[in-house]
Amino acid sequence: MTTVLEALNRSLHQVMSDEPRVYLIGQDLLDPYGGAFKVSRGLSDAFPQRVLTSPISEAGIVGLAAGMALRGLLPVVEIMFGDFLTLAADQIINGLTKFRWMYNEQVDVPLVIRTPMGGRRGYGPTHSQTLEKHFLGVPGLRVLAACAFGDPGQLLADAILKDNQPVLFIENKLLYLQMVNDGKVFEEFDLTEMDLPGSYAPYYHLSLHAAPSPSLTVLTYGYMAGLALQAVQQLAYQHELFCELYVVTQLAPFEHQPPLPEIMLSSLRQTHHLLTVEEGSFTLGWGAEMLARAKEALGPALISVGRVAAQDTPIPASAVLESDTLPGVENIVQMALTMV
Amino acid sequence: MLEEFSSGVFHGTTHTYLGQEANAVAVLSGISPDDIVFSNHRCHGHFLAYGGDVRALFAELMGKSTGVVAGRGGSQHIHWRNFYSNGVQGNSVPIAAGAALAEKLLGRGNIVICFIGDGTLGEGVIYEAFNIASLWRAPILYVLENNRIAQTTPVEQAVAGDIRARFTTFNIPAVELDSSDVCDIQALADLLIEEVHRFQTPRALVLHTYRFGPHSKGDDQRSLELLQQLKIERDPLTIQAARLTKADRTGVEKQVDEEIRAAFIQAKEDQNNS
Repeated sequence: MTTVLEALNRSLHQVMSDEPRVYLIGQDLLDPYGGAFKVSRGLSDAFPQRVLTSPISEAGIVGLAAGMALRGLLPVVEIMFGDFLTLAADQIINGLTKFRWMYNEQVDVPLVIRTPMGGRRGYGPTHSQTLEKHFLGVPGLRVLAACAFGDPGQLLADAILKDNQPVLFIENKLLYLQMVNDGKVFEEFDLTEMDLPGSYAPYYHLSLHAAPSPSLTVLTYGYMAGLALQAVQQLAYQHELFCELYVVTQLAPFEHQPPLPEIMLSSLRQTHHLLTVEEGSFTLGWGAEMLARAKEALGPALISVGRVAAQDTPIPASAVLESDTLPGVENIVQMALTMV
Repeated sequence: MLEEFSSGVFHGTTHTYLGQEANAVAVLSGISPDDIVFSNHRCHGHFLAYGGDVRALFAELMGKSTGVVAGRGGSQHIHWRNFYSNGVQGNSVPIAAGAALAEKLLGRGNIVICFIGDGTLGEGVIYEAFNIASLWRAPILYVLENNRIAQTTPVEQAVAGDIRARFTTFNIPAVELDSSDVCDIQALADLLIEEVHRFQTPRALVLHTYRFGPHSKGDDQRSLELLQQLKIERDPLTIQAARLTKADRTGVEKQVDEEIRAAFIQAKEDQNNS
């Protein structure tokens, strides 16, 4: 059994061993510390010349990595907490994501920014957020989110080696210690991996073994996928409401046609109900965009839509208050029951 | 060009380099063919001194497909060979450090020239970049053109303390010069470029200079008398022309005028972006 943390760490070891142009840049990366969440552990011992531990300068290191990428290296930046991405927002929005297009497709910017997001650890308002929604829809930026299904290490390796344009790679903190493809889940669920058209980032379909045909489609990503699975079980066993679950690993761009993969659309044509689940705050989130696109594609065939997300408030440090602010299994169950 | 904006030939905006020409010419005449240049919003002079094509620059300002970046970037956002410019103050400064570091790590021996202005000194990210460039020994020459005015704000109202010290405090050796004589500037720039190549560490050149034109197309609040006086005292073209015979000067001016006019006409005749 491998945790998501181990999968990501092994992937970085493999990628750096295979490809000498890969450099790691971030704060407190050096061993024995190996980065605040240990995703970079062992790398500075193995590749001392290619792991650059940096000052606390998020904009500086993201810009630096962009320059390295423009000139032929494959930098990977670790931002210690996703909350700090805002410090690098100008570099991301006004700089590196524009270069390829703005310079008339004459340059590549193969760089990956990895960062942990998410709460439930009591870190309080500035160390617990799920901020990727602010970076969705930035032209030229692919946003990926690891999950505990499939091969999160492979997703990271593909982002570093296969993608010649900027990638923001989101890792929910609570995912780190989850098992990849946990056998307990598959005792109950069937998992199918599918290719997202035009991308190397797969998405996953999960449904309970031998369940009757579903009446609700649930769409989610990242850590929330695990909570959504628990909700799907409860809905089936306690309420006889059967759902199928889609878990995406690519949040942006939304460039594929039709606006959702055809398989998801055909699922929705059967269930007529779509619920999105995310940990980011409710208003103007990822779910809103997905629901709008589903409705645009399906029209009257989509009867009801719903969103489960965090409250539109800062995230409190207190465990009780934090738990009220962030979406949990019960929120998903209750929302599903109001929809179908 | 400023006149042609009002005639509607050009679309968008520009930032004038009038009066600062000697800086770009002096610095960029000393670089090696594959050295890299990061420029800013005021990039036309840098681009032309780098060897950029006049017609392509005109066409870019006209939004045509024959422009430097086919009309996508316009005046401030161009890229050709190893020349890059971007329009946000300070945005390019860490990127330039990364490019310099990459050239060093890849063993290509190229250095980076990074142009900034006195106005850029208000942006925090540049100090992150100076710090990292110094710590990680990036082969980069910062060329700070202090034209003493940021859009309409005089340097005294925007920059506290010493400009040179902003580099030296990060252990980046910095020299400054108050001249509009291309030969003076070139002598110093050549020395620093050679040092960056040899030592593979950063240097800074602070050039005190004057901009005679408006910040952009027509937003100058300074008095005409002041600008006239500056032109008499500090026009790099006048200073350099004094070294030529009258015949040589006339010949050079005629050749340049014809080149520019021909490029302008060609660009005007180029197909529009469809």
